[in-house]
Amino acid sequence: MDYFWAFVVGGGICVIGQILLDVFKLTPAHVMSSFVVAGAVLDGFDIYDNLIEFAGAGATVPITSFGHSLLHGAMEKANENGLMGIAMGIFHLTSVGVASAILFGFLVAIIFKPKG
Amino acid sequence: MSDQFNQKQYNNTLKNYQPKPNLIVNCLKAFVVGGLICLFGQMLTDIYMNVFDMTEKEAGNPTVTTLILLSALLTGFGVYDKLGQFAGAGSAVPVTGFANSITSAALEHRSEGIVLGVATNMFKLAGSVIVFGVVAAYVVGIIRYVFQSIFM
Repeated sequence: MDYFWAFVVGGGICVIGQILLDVFKLTPAHVMSSFVVAGAVLDGFDIYDNLIEFAGAGATVPITSFGHSLLHGAMEKANENGLMGIAMGIFHLTSVGVASAILFGFLVAIIFKPKG
Repeated sequence: MSDQFNQKQYNNTLKNYQPKPNLIVNCLKAFVVGGLICLFGQMLTDIYMNVFDMTEKEAGNPTVTTLILLSALLTGFGVYDKLGQFAGAGSAVPVTGFANSITSAALEHRSEGIVLGVATNMFKLAGSVIVFGVVAAYVVGIIRYVFQSIFM
């Protein structure tokens, strides 16, 4: 059942993205930015955690979870260190994703030849 | 002249020559491909949980790392961009699309050198995601923090 809901919810989020691309004529960069903002706002109301509980990777794999993790790390540190904690914790949970994307992206660009 | 070729007319004329996206087919493709990527992510999470005895939270990081590694490699082989042409948002919205945008921007500017090409252009597309993510998380975070300290 986990797999079913991961598929449906993850696919559903991508359909929203496709509608934004085709109907509202946004560029992929606009769609991704909107989704990250949406993830942060949804986490602000504690909605995104429920979605993760329900759909597992269907909610953690789409880019919306990047916004969710940014806010989550920020609030964790803010509860310990006050207002400055927001800045301390903002990359706390997302650094794995950003760091590995930089590392692997760099290595691939060095090793591979660009393809048409 | 200005009556004949105003913006509205131009847009109307242009519409006839633009390809009409088939919304339902595109959405179906995005749904299936995006769903499969998430399904694969769920499989990876389960593997890390069962084989390496991790909790669901601990398994999140290696899952994301694996997806990003695979996406970067597939971009290097030119496979992911073909998938992107087929699936549209289905391959752009998952975290693999984030890795793809970084890797493909880096690859594209490879010929300009490692520092000025690869490193400076890497975040050409992904930069907007990080900027908007951080700004949004900051704003929501401050609102929540103030809200918490007043009411709790």
